[in-house]
Amino acid sequence: MTGWSHHLIIAPVLLPLAAGALLMLYDERRQFLKATINLASTFALVVISIRLAEVADTSATSVYLLGNWPAPLGIVLVLDRLSALMLVLTSFLASAALVFALARWHKAGAHFHTLFQFLLMGLNGAFLTGDLFNLFVFFEVMLAASYGLVLHGSGPLRVKAGLHYIAINLAASFLFLIGVSLIYGVTGTLNMADLAVRISGLAAGDRILLEIGAAVLGVAFLVKAGMWPLSNWLPNAYSVAAAPVAAVFALLSKVGIYVLLRLSLLVFGAHAGSSADFGSGLLIVGGMATIAFGMIGVIASQALGRLASYSVLVSSGTLLAAIGMSDAGVTAGALFYLVSSTITVGALFLLIELIERGQNPAADILAVTAEAFGDGDEEAVEEQVGVAFPGTLAILGVCFAICGLLLAGLPPLSGFIGKFALLAAVLTPAAGTDGGILSAAWLYTALLILSGLAALLSMLRFGIRTFWAPIEVVVPRVSLREIVPVVLLLLLTLGLTIQGGPVMRYMQATASSLHSPQQYVDGVLGAPRVQPQGAKAE
Amino acid sequence: MELVLAISIATLAGSGVWLLLRPRTYQVIVGLSLISYAVNLFIFSMGRLRHDAAPVLSGQTGNLADYADPVPQALVLTAIVIGFATTALFLVVLLASRGLTGTDHVDGREPE
Repeated sequence: MTGWSHHLIIAPVLLPLAAGALLMLYDERRQFLKATINLASTFALVVISIRLAEVADTSATSVYLLGNWPAPLGIVLVLDRLSALMLVLTSFLASAALVFALARWHKAGAHFHTLFQFLLMGLNGAFLTGDLFNLFVFFEVMLAASYGLVLHGSGPLRVKAGLHYIAINLAASFLFLIGVSLIYGVTGTLNMADLAVRISGLAAGDRILLEIGAAVLGVAFLVKAGMWPLSNWLPNAYSVAAAPVAAVFALLSKVGIYVLLRLSLLVFGAHAGSSADFGSGLLIVGGMATIAFGMIGVIASQALGRLASYSVLVSSGTLLAAIGMSDAGVTAGALFYLVSSTITVGALFLLIELIERGQNPAADILAVTAEAFGDGDEEAVEEQVGVAFPGTLAILGVCFAICGLLLAGLPPLSGFIGKFALLAAVLTPAAGTDGGILSAAWLYTALLILSGLAALLSMLRFGIRTFWAPIEVVVPRVSLREIVPVVLLLLLTLGLTIQGGPVMRYMQATASSLHSPQQYVDGVLGAPRVQPQGAKAE
Repeated sequence: MELVLAISIATLAGSGVWLLLRPRTYQVIVGLSLISYAVNLFIFSMGRLRHDAAPVLSGQTGNLADYADPVPQALVLTAIVIGFATTALFLVVLLASRGLTGTDHVDGREPE
């Protein structure tokens, strides 16, 4: 990749930054203009991220040297298959959530569009950066925007959940800093690729310090990903957040997963000597505990919002345990599962709001919202919800059933393919061993199937209660703008199913390059500097 | 000097964690601030403790051992700014919670 298109790597960070800054200049009366700018930027990100994925799939690791400083000294942005995959996922889910929000939610509070763009900037930056401290900065950008968004719509419930969410994430950020600075103190570098090189030459005493640093750092990401003992904040915060915000938050917990996947394979791969596979045992145990916890939560949920939040935990647990197995086949399956489950949970969060609109709890929240934010625009809000089209309940019901199939991992949709790929890889004994399957693999299989069963049970129960046997049938008034993004997200999972072959090939290529990080390291450390035009020879 | 710094970081972090676990929002925010001071000092100390050493190369070239490590100093600046901004944001949420619930308990209601 040369010339102008090389600068495309930084576009997913710069574009939302510029759009977010621009949006700040207009006040809340210019809603139409703000919505247009936000939409334009988010749709442009879809195009850019697809283009970047094409580039990442054909060429080796693309590196962007910020300020033209050579790699270990300056900060780098790195584009490889994994980061491109996450960018594409982000842009699609964000577009759906945004279109959904434009029907109504964006008017429920101030600065929705600005915060939305900054959230995208933080997410994209976290996926692209190749530097630990820069990762912290993008993490904070993302979190600061999410603090604003979790409170979007206000009301005592959201403020209470937001208070807990912010306190826990601030504490986790301090752990992040302690971890990063310990790693810097030991190795003298913050560049991830350079770290992977230096780890093999560490003295025994330093190695222990580095592992402590990595462990502290890991805790920060596990809080974000929601591993079991650290996940009690998640269901509350996610279930009270406004629907489009919750849909994007489904992606936020995948950032923790992404970083763990990236760092554990890059830094603690086979080349790390005695530190190889550091923490993988903990990830397997913790991941399985998370699946069990999420599963119980899914069955016990009395409200759909909590059901979806616990599904986020089940998905996180499945992925964490898969990362702990550190096997290329399992990683490929896990990546497919990650994409499928993130889209599913995102769509479910959006759908829930539409379904519950007929049952009043959401209307209650909205009433509180209008009260807190100023009841002047109450009529405008009512007007927006207006268009009820025929067959609403049927469409909602079908979407709900599809979400159930996806969550449970039943054929024919992509939830099944993801789980099937995971199980097939887990139950295939690794080459070189004498054919035995680990007991952990059996337990994982059992948990994965049981969690599917739990999701099916719970979704069935809610489906029957909502669509088949309601005490009084209330047809929710749903506007086209709200149902279309949900349908599109579900069509996307259908697309993942039909195009299962090519998608799986991409995932396998991603997994194999993650498991042999030498190419990444060489790509980053050997990245050529741009020669300034007309430079004087010194 | 190492001992003094270590003790002060430990005191700040310990008091911060204790306050963080208290039930009043004001205690939580003071706790978070104390932890952030401890973390900032910790980052600073990761560049090794030196005195009378400049972080910027000036004049004479030569031995890098004569200079302090500038990277942790840059990191700590960033960390201070970010920590300050997020703490300020938390303060706003704290006030909103106080206004909406009428209590400064972290759960939004007084324990029975």
